[in-house]
Amino acid sequence: MKNLVILGAGTAGTMMANHLVKKLPRKEWKLTIVDQYKTHYYQPGFLFLPFDIYSTKQVKKNGKKFIPKGVDYIQKKIERIVPETNKVLLEQGDELAYDILIIATGTKIAPDEIEGMNGPMWYKNIFDFYTYEGAKALRDKLREWKGGKLVVHITEMPIKCPVAPLEFAFLADSYFKNKGMRDQVDITFVTPLGGAFTKPKATKALHYLLEEKGIKEVTDFNIERVDYENNKIIDYADTEVEYDLLVTVPTNMGDAVIERSGMGDDLNFVPTNKGSLQTTDYENIFAIGDATNLPASKAGSVAHFEAEILTDNILRYIQGQPLKEEFDGHANCFIETGNGKALLIDFNYTHEPVEGTFPFPGVGPLQLLKESRTNHMGKMAFRWVYWNLLIKGVHIPFVSATMNEKGKHFEEVTQ
Amino acid sequence: MRKLIAHTEVEVNEEGYLTDFSQWTKEVGECIADENGICLTDRHWEVIEYIHEKYSCEEPLSIRGIKKSGVIDIKEFYKLFPGGPLKKATMIAGIPKPKSCI
Repeated sequence: MKNLVILGAGTAGTMMANHLVKKLPRKEWKLTIVDQYKTHYYQPGFLFLPFDIYSTKQVKKNGKKFIPKGVDYIQKKIERIVPETNKVLLEQGDELAYDILIIATGTKIAPDEIEGMNGPMWYKNIFDFYTYEGAKALRDKLREWKGGKLVVHITEMPIKCPVAPLEFAFLADSYFKNKGMRDQVDITFVTPLGGAFTKPKATKALHYLLEEKGIKEVTDFNIERVDYENNKIIDYADTEVEYDLLVTVPTNMGDAVIERSGMGDDLNFVPTNKGSLQTTDYENIFAIGDATNLPASKAGSVAHFEAEILTDNILRYIQGQPLKEEFDGHANCFIETGNGKALLIDFNYTHEPVEGTFPFPGVGPLQLLKESRTNHMGKMAFRWVYWNLLIKGVHIPFVSATMNEKGKHFEEVTQ
Repeated sequence: MRKLIAHTEVEVNEEGYLTDFSQWTKEVGECIADENGICLTDRHWEVIEYIHEKYSCEEPLSIRGIKKSGVIDIKEFYKLFPGGPLKKATMIAGIPKPKSCI
């Protein structure tokens, strides 16, 4: 009997368990998944929780429901991976031997990385919305907030779901308008990048959104510290931005177990082949989703596309065949723009978001890179798709793992 | 688009970043620096060398990476390349601007 072990039962790990249980012969392979937490969160919902669009119940379920029969589910903390002896050490001295290991331990926020962020004002007037706790605390704050300077801030790249902070700013604009207090709120978007949008095509098509909603931009802001006593953030060039309410996306880092195992880069992400998803250092260890150092977006859609390719590659590896270097960085994201509208973007390693239709070339019904109500309905429907199809490893009809270039207007792409 | 830099014709994008690293030379780097009001010193070149190393390993550049590089601290990095040091340093080094998804 051989062992395949998956570390992490989030979006990527759960999908891999569902894919592989159908493909691996049960007499030869034992499948195990390890995750210390009981709850599976619908992370895209954390964007909506602060604005009372989703309830807490809509964003969490018992993780066990999604682990298929035939997979051993261990709820224990992972102490360390020992690649030299092909073992995973768990808490209380338990050991798990593996023939193949899949790392799907995701990414976490690390507010301690910036001086003054995770201090006395954390969850008082400084919040994140990338965790369940943060999003919920922020919801409670927004319910009673009287207005002032709202600063939506990105600490450093890469972050999970890179457009979420911008969506947060858009939704905040709608939220305060609906509450009849938009004139009492000043919204500023602060980013370490050159703009809220950085690609020429998207900037051209979407910059009007910021102007229309009266959202100010502070760019090239690399934060050095939070001065929580005087309510301002300060960057390395000594630029200061004042806030009454700071909604920040702290540094995103790979799980601490990666650091304990000495397997990560500066941010604890696992060096991984960007086409095959095999780790750079160990041929029987693969990585998927937010845990990798791939130059793709850290997003559920990326993990979904990766899962299809990684499943093929695991089977190829078992059969001693060469791996396919097929993953093209494909990502597909809805972007909420407020007022019941959304955008849809589709892109990969080499192509920036383009205009066109999705998923059917020339037909749609979803419009790429354009605001519409249909796209918003798509984003809302996605929660059902997530719980019922996506993490169960069901192929989403008409959406391929690699990017389809038909029906998209590549000829207009500069760069 | 094409641009004449240091007596050589190079391909650049609309923001002035080289689109083909193989066209980069030290002279091209010096000219781009000059256009940005920066006079390159040995310290600048050490940083550019580090950026090239990262680029050849396909490792993304970040302020954190600079901090841990052992080559330079952030305050000095800002002094050498004032006003958006990563943007300016990558432009001078002839590699693409660090970017996000959209």
